Amino acid sequence: MIQEWKRYNNLFVELVRKGIKLKYRRSYLGVIWSMIEPLLTMIVLTLVFGTILGHHDKTFPVYILSGRLIYSLFSQSTTTALKSIRANEGMIKKVYVPKYMYPLSGIVFNYILFLISLVVLAGVSLVLKVYPTMQIFFAIVPLTVLFLLSIGVGMFLATVGVFFRDMEYLWNVLLMLVMYTCAIFYYPDKLLDSNVSWILKYNPLYCVIDCFRSCIFGTDVHYGMLLYAFIFAVVSIIIGGTLFRKNEDRFILYI
Amino acid sequence: MEEMIRLDHVGMRFNLSKEKVDSVKEYVIKLLKRDLHFDEFWALKDINLSIQKGDRVGILGLNGAGKSTLMKIIAGVFRPTEGTVTKKGVIAPMIELGAGFDKQYTGAENIFLYGAVLGHTRAFMQEKFDEIVAFSELKEFIDVPLKNYSSGMRARLGFSIATIVEPDILILDEVLSVGDAKFRKKSEKKIMDMMDKGITVLFVSHNLDQVKRICNKAMILEKGCMKCYGDIEDVVPVYKEMIG
Repeated sequence: MIQEWKRYNNLFVELVRKGIKLKYRRSYLGVIWSMIEPLLTMIVLTLVFGTILGHHDKTFPVYILSGRLIYSLFSQSTTTALKSIRANEGMIKKVYVPKYMYPLSGIVFNYILFLISLVVLAGVSLVLKVYPTMQIFFAIVPLTVLFLLSIGVGMFLATVGVFFRDMEYLWNVLLMLVMYTCAIFYYPDKLLDSNVSWILKYNPLYCVIDCFRSCIFGTDVHYGMLLYAFIFAVVSIIIGGTLFRKNEDRFILYI
Repeated sequence: MEEMIRLDHVGMRFNLSKEKVDSVKEYVIKLLKRDLHFDEFWALKDINLSIQKGDRVGILGLNGAGKSTLMKIIAGVFRPTEGTVTKKGVIAPMIELGAGFDKQYTGAENIFLYGAVLGHTRAFMQEKFDEIVAFSELKEFIDVPLKNYSSGMRARLGFSIATIVEPDILILDEVLSVGDAKFRKKSEKKIMDMMDKGITVLFVSHNLDQVKRICNKAMILEKGCMKCYGDIEDVVPVYKEMIG
């Protein structure tokens, strides 16, 4: 396996490079789009939900943006992974390449674009006077958990996606449910006090978002939630990875 | 003699379901109705084969005999349903030229991508870049996206990249008919040069003259079974009789 990785790590880099390059090919603004897009949604969400819910808090845009960035990384990387085997059908049918390259490179290139888009978050935070504390360095922990979670869920979806085409649509619906239960554009307090608080508490993505926000705003990190998200991510990698490994040889018969 | 490829009792089964079940809904319905059955189809059955270093083996057979499946098993694209495959050295599979090309990428970008697919480093590809471009004769198109290439140009680029290193085993599946007459001549010469250096070749073709010219051994596949394997002089008459 180590030998295989040595032989193919250059291909991995090339696939990641390809993902980034092709995403914004022939667009004038190029990679800047990965900053404009979250900025525009942030403005719209702030106007709409800030008004509806009466949040006139000046830092509300930062709150929205931090949640949305994390959610969209999760949704884009898992969707890319889900489609990755079919998208590379041409290659898979004709040459041998370790199959995990496809979902994994998709997740990594989305993650790199995500890291670039964090620049926007930094900019907006400074403008709205949310200054970083030492705690900002701790943000690396939820961001790592997010990466692991994307890999685990992505590998699982990549496998299932080969055998069931309608998984794409199903996952879109599920992603929407995940979005509404991530407290992206509302404050979670009321929900957390209610008897349906489990909707948030057991959503690993919400746990990541909550922890990430704590790092930005310099408030107390909920370590329990972070640990839960971490364990969830590790378990998903074990399940997703095993499922993928067990079935990868059969992919070619189904695409 | 050194054995390069060995196949023991290799078989390959495909599930040919009449209607493909590939959605969760259909799957559940069929599962409940106990209607999930597949038609098994053995593309290859009990293939035993030993190929020595320097052998140039022609693979003959009608359409659907399992020739490409066999090549893909040796190249590692398929894992056989049963049996084992042992192989030695670097394999250059030319099953379809330019597998791994991206249509939106330019020719130059595709050289690096395809090089990586074949397991070369970026530095190595940089070194060989000019040589590849020169051989493919695509200098003025190298910065054009591949989607604007003709199929012949694509095949030429693929061939030029795939033959940049000398492999130990070369698999040629109907690829010597790429490009125009001029390029065909050039590519055949390149392959002949490689063969003279003693590499092992597996050659699939329907062109019997070409097979006779290139190969010293041949095998016939018929409906997934190996009908015969031996020296080219012995096999060709059998094949001629088979095709009438």
